[in-house]
Amino acid sequence: MSGIFVVIEERQGRIGRISWEAVAAGLVLAHQTGAKVNAIVIGAQTEQFAAEAAKRISGKVIRIEHPLLGTYTPDGYSRALEQFIRAESPQFLVFPHTYQVRDYVPALAARFGSVLIGDVVSIQDGPSFTRQLMQGRLTGSYHSSGPGPVFVSVQSGAFRAGASESLAAEVSVFDPVIDSTQIRTKPGEPFRDSAQTVDLGSAQAIVAVGRGIREAENLGLIQELATALGAEIAASRPICDNGWLPIERQVGSSGQTVAPKLYLAVGISGAIQHLVGMKGSQCIVAVNKDPDAPIFEVAHYGIVGDLFEVVPALTDALKAARQ
Amino acid sequence: MKIIVAVKQVPERDAPVRVAASRQWIEEADLQFSMNESDAYALEEALQLKEKVGGEVVVISAGPERVAITIREALAKGADRAIHVECDDIANRDALGVARLLAEAVRPENPDLVLTGLQSDDLGYGQTGVIMAELLSLPHASLILHVEKADSGITVKRELEEGWFQNIDLPTPAVLMIQSGGTKLRYATLMGIKRAKMKELRKVNAVDLGIENAPVVTLESISLPQRQVSTQILQGTAKETAATLVEKLKFEVRVL
Repeated sequence: MSGIFVVIEERQGRIGRISWEAVAAGLVLAHQTGAKVNAIVIGAQTEQFAAEAAKRISGKVIRIEHPLLGTYTPDGYSRALEQFIRAESPQFLVFPHTYQVRDYVPALAARFGSVLIGDVVSIQDGPSFTRQLMQGRLTGSYHSSGPGPVFVSVQSGAFRAGASESLAAEVSVFDPVIDSTQIRTKPGEPFRDSAQTVDLGSAQAIVAVGRGIREAENLGLIQELATALGAEIAASRPICDNGWLPIERQVGSSGQTVAPKLYLAVGISGAIQHLVGMKGSQCIVAVNKDPDAPIFEVAHYGIVGDLFEVVPALTDALKAARQ
Repeated sequence: MKIIVAVKQVPERDAPVRVAASRQWIEEADLQFSMNESDAYALEEALQLKEKVGGEVVVISAGPERVAITIREALAKGADRAIHVECDDIANRDALGVARLLAEAVRPENPDLVLTGLQSDDLGYGQTGVIMAELLSLPHASLILHVEKADSGITVKRELEEGWFQNIDLPTPAVLMIQSGGTKLRYATLMGIKRAKMKELRKVNAVDLGIENAPVVTLESISLPQRQVSTQILQGTAKETAATLVEKLKFEVRVL
């Protein structure tokens, strides 16, 4: 068993940043094992993506291509990759931790008696893999000891994608054998529930609210603070799930990704799913009653206290400062 | 429609987290436990489906004795009966190990649908349902917000990233991982709690199911996370911290 293979994911016709981050994670493993990093692109037509990947890969680029792989299905992707893995016996398979990867890689790994180590944030010598537990309040160190390949997926933003290079990896095609009757699910076209009218991505300042606000009736406090700051309002998932704010204001893996100059998180504990959507902000301020809340791990300034006292005081202080 | 819902009991969201002396898990002695959030949504989706198309909802949970409390809660909300997979070392089993336990306990039931939550709030592997589907040779879909009975199977609404969705048609039997927030959760009624005490709760264990604990991925140690940035905690009363923060925003961050 040898080789490190990074499975690249296409996003809206391009290779997304998170796939380059997975390549960066592959390079960490390459450094430890001395093996080269190879890439896999999957689809019905992969020539263009393979060419894009080949510029940044020192090993080989494999195009796993089949007409039935044009649209993602767990059956199609698992079957295609399973055949490739049986043929090539890689030591490591590295994936970006996307919704798509979460949907099929655990099943694929199980076919080899392996278990995906998912949502990895760093890789240490061994290798051992670090991932977050208890909604980011703990980190755990994992080790894989099975006979099969090691499957790893990496969290968005955890590894730094390398700059574009001018490498020229050798590209080859792998033809999987797939029959349409083996694909049991029929996916429809992607759609949006409502037209997006708020573009949080371009906001300079954002006040984001989480579970700590307790009741929809208390949102007025947050609105006043946002107005005093000239900021857009955003929220963590539970607030939008409850229908207290529209889903277009949700920040995190299932909502928008933002990087404003100022991100003021109020009553947000900082689950991983939220942090991935905002940790690129230039300045993060957190107000939370729990001093151990994970939001403080990414915050530049923190206020440990009752938001129902801190927020009105802050609104007043901002109003006074603006006069 | 016979629907099995796999639920997990997890430490309560705001429970104090203390690393145990073994450094392999947390101190459980003074923890409060509750039903994992996305599993509660899976149960709700199952109960609503049953109300629409009829059938039976069977809840299954793997874990130590305390898990029976969460099972009773599911029965009180309307599940018809339950299976408790007794297992004292669940935190030391990997995702494949737990999925094996649940899959073998589910297999003789021959359900039309198996529902689980998307991810547990404690270990957060988010894999149990997908692996169960693999072990049971059933089609699956994850990140599901809504399930609708169709002529030949089901149609589900799946969440994609960045605010996108898609509908997927699946034949039954199938396994679905349910995302939080697709519907409103119900509370158990007094009558429901009373009835739950009379409902069937069958126990099986790993030995009955013929499954050893042989993890391929092991959690070697846990620790408190390292801070990614050095956080300045502002001290004082609400008024004082507010004033300090405004100063910082004005002169250091320069956003005012």
